[in-house]
Amino acid sequence: MMRPLTLVCALVLCAGPFVSGIRAQTPVVVITNAHVLPGEGAAIENATLVIRDGRIASLSGAAPEGATVIDAAGKIVTPGFISTETALGLVEIDLEDSTRNAGPEDDDADPVRAAFSAADGVNPASTLIRVARRYGVTSAITVPTGGLISGRGALIDLAGRTPDSMVAARDVSLHVNLDDGGVSATGGAFPMALTRFREVLADARLYGQNERAFERRGLRELNVSGPDLAALQPALAGNVPVVVRVSRAADILRVLALKESERVNIVLSGAEEGWRVAEEIAAADVPVIVHPLENLPSTFTRIGARFDNARLLAEAGARIILTAPGAHDVRNLRQEAGNAIANGLSREAVLRAITVEPARVFGQADRGAIAVGQVANVVVWDGDPFELTSAPTDLIIGGRVVTLRNRQTRLLERYRRLESVRRGPPRAAPAPTNEAAGTAE
Amino acid sequence: MRPLLPLLTFALACGAATTPAETTPDPVAADPSLPWSRAEAPPLAIETDVIALVGAEVRDGAGHTFAPGVVIFDDGRLVAVGAQDDVAIPEGATTIDASAKVITPGIIDTHSHMGVYPQPRARAHSDGNEATSPTTPEVYAGDSFWPQDPALTRALQAGVTTIQVLPGSANLIGGRGATLKMHLGRTLREMRFWGAPDTLKMACGENPKRVYGRRNSSPSTRMGNVAGYRAAYQAAREYGQSLADWQHNHRLWQIKRATFERETEAREERRENGEALGDRPDDPGPAPTPPTRDLAKETLWSVIEGNTLVQMHCYRADEMANMLDVAREFGFSIRSFHHAVEAYKIRDLLHAENVSVSTWTDWWGFKLEAYDAIEENIALLHEEGVRVALHSDSPNLIQRLNQEAAKAMAAGRRAGIAISEHDALSWITRQPAWVLGIDELTGTLEAGKMADVVVWSGSPFSVYTHVEQVYVDGLLRFDHRDGVARGGATDFELGQNETESF
Repeated sequence: MMRPLTLVCALVLCAGPFVSGIRAQTPVVVITNAHVLPGEGAAIENATLVIRDGRIASLSGAAPEGATVIDAAGKIVTPGFISTETALGLVEIDLEDSTRNAGPEDDDADPVRAAFSAADGVNPASTLIRVARRYGVTSAITVPTGGLISGRGALIDLAGRTPDSMVAARDVSLHVNLDDGGVSATGGAFPMALTRFREVLADARLYGQNERAFERRGLRELNVSGPDLAALQPALAGNVPVVVRVSRAADILRVLALKESERVNIVLSGAEEGWRVAEEIAAADVPVIVHPLENLPSTFTRIGARFDNARLLAEAGARIILTAPGAHDVRNLRQEAGNAIANGLSREAVLRAITVEPARVFGQADRGAIAVGQVANVVVWDGDPFELTSAPTDLIIGGRVVTLRNRQTRLLERYRRLESVRRGPPRAAPAPTNEAAGTAE
Repeated sequence: MRPLLPLLTFALACGAATTPAETTPDPVAADPSLPWSRAEAPPLAIETDVIALVGAEVRDGAGHTFAPGVVIFDDGRLVAVGAQDDVAIPEGATTIDASAKVITPGIIDTHSHMGVYPQPRARAHSDGNEATSPTTPEVYAGDSFWPQDPALTRALQAGVTTIQVLPGSANLIGGRGATLKMHLGRTLREMRFWGAPDTLKMACGENPKRVYGRRNSSPSTRMGNVAGYRAAYQAAREYGQSLADWQHNHRLWQIKRATFERETEAREERRENGEALGDRPDDPGPAPTPPTRDLAKETLWSVIEGNTLVQMHCYRADEMANMLDVAREFGFSIRSFHHAVEAYKIRDLLHAENVSVSTWTDWWGFKLEAYDAIEENIALLHEEGVRVALHSDSPNLIQRLNQEAAKAMAAGRRAGIAISEHDALSWITRQPAWVLGIDELTGTLEAGKMADVVVWSGSPFSVYTHVEQVYVDGLLRFDHRDGVARGGATDFELGQNETESF
């Protein structure tokens, strides 16, 4: 089903109040006795969340007649978590190229792919999407990878039958790799990658100022394709953040300088050595996407990686987004977040860093928090959301209760009792190779 | 490292079966010694004060909780573990107040590539796969191990006291593993877990066939994989037979030689006494020469003899079942299937064969053979009675195996499987000790065992808990108050990132 509103919004990169995938007459959902951690602001005791038409309608009052009621007594209610910079919906099996839509697999591919749009690759039937929901992730900034300019990310909700119903906002970000991957894609040296990136931006700026001249081939030769030049315009206009993957402290400072020199909105990604230049990052008002559990000097560009990077950045005043890398492990975002708390960030700061902060950084004013008018992505937890033994009991995406079942729970159901599993005819057991059958006690 | 042992064992077995020993009145000469015997392990000579950790909630890894409890160790060994009311603290002991803490055995990881694929990733550091031939049982991970890997300090700080460093999975038979204690030192020898049996890495599935298939050489398919194991073990069996034949022939030769010497002597006596000399005794000639030593085949023969424990990388249920058949065919055992994300599908077979599983809680989907992983794998195996170890295979994950155990426990409980915290603790302590064949030596807090002890700030299953202290063989190797492992950062990290000039 085509919804014109979706298309219009996508074309103008809408950041206004807008929910995709929500049919007009969704049932009202009410969560009673809720202890709410809202993502910003103080905890709310004993709230009654009324969810109507995909949004949070009120936080108090009585449940309307006929509503689906979830009793959250003794439980904790949080906004749905947003996983930032994942390949969710784009990748099924990492090592099987045929299942990957995160970027060209060919090593010789053009490293500049600004026109590549993750929204065009999202597969709503990917089994990863329901697995990611298992521990409270309801949305993702799903992004392309590879090359120097990987392409544009999309905000997706983790529920929906069609791409249109799942993609909440197309092209919310532009992704640039100035870490090892992007450097090797442009010749193997950081200065080459940086120069090429500047050159692309200069070409795009020229294109933006003289689009008609470009069309009649009246410009100097541009070293970037037409679709890529067009795709770069929102970033140049400052409407879409440019997310730059970078690790080394010195390189981070070079990227910060781009904010001034190129007049683009920069978001740092990774920034494993960010703590060493935390003051500069905070002063530049550049948000940082941090992977909390990265503490290894795994490359020569991140010798200074440490567990408390996020805390040190936050203490310096930088805005922090926390994320779990990859696509398959997105469900562990709450474990990453819990470890960030263990390493010194406050619970409030951590919850904000996986809900409100990514929403705001990627232009979504009506998402991320539990507040009246916000999109109703809500999780009901049976305990502390950051503890490893807790789990959601109820999950609401876009105002609708969604299942917690996934392909893995279906495998569990099939194999919970081996007797019922399909198998060959019974035969006498072969003699065991080991001496005696053991037990784990 | 005891490549000699299986052969001696074999020789003893032969001795019982051969007839000459029974028919000749002479005692059989000692077993023919092989020319390649190696030195035995140097005995550990740790001397410490008696240390008593007092007042903590002690979880011994064997199913007991003592709260408040006491853990006492001396010269590297546990002396007493129990309830504070029941255990007397010896006079002169150094007493450490551990009240409000939780004490567990040290964490044991059965699958690490630290030191062979160290940090930072670098071409010069890529020492984990001898990917020049699919069958390289002759290589030893310890010979690649770099003790300055920065990942080691972080693993120690996370409560890990013992690791098995394995070759990678590019090869069908990748080489011997190195079981190490987390005594971060200068050399492999300083870290070796003396007394741990030899282990051998083998690998199923996608990795070997991808690595060699890409080169258009064998194996390029799963059937090529299996043909490779069979060829290698058949050759090993023939080698073992040639050793046994030689030992048998050598034994016969020794007997003939003894008879010849005795009869020669008797003939001399008769000559001196002027008696009839009789026939000249038969001279057996020179001793039979042993077969040319082949370290690769010898390693596999040691597997068949049961002295080297097979650690087999294998994801899919059907492939694990096939490997059980291959093992049966050649008469060896698989000690542990590693990764084994589909083990839950054949948990009855694994239990019947007494094969353990080393796996993650929730890694999945990075390759097709990892697609059917479920979070309840560990709990289902445990319920069936299969021994399970929670392994890392990652310098990152090794820093939170306690958290992974918590997740596996919680997933199991949600599926209605009864899992106690004792069970979950055993997945990272006692069970991995069995996988490595060191369960008599460590893995639980029991008097007489190695004093491998972790003091936690709280429950090891909480995300908010951190490690306070780590003792390896009774030596304090990490104290949270120091912020870093004793002895400081690795050499590699020293002086890095020093940008201040004054």
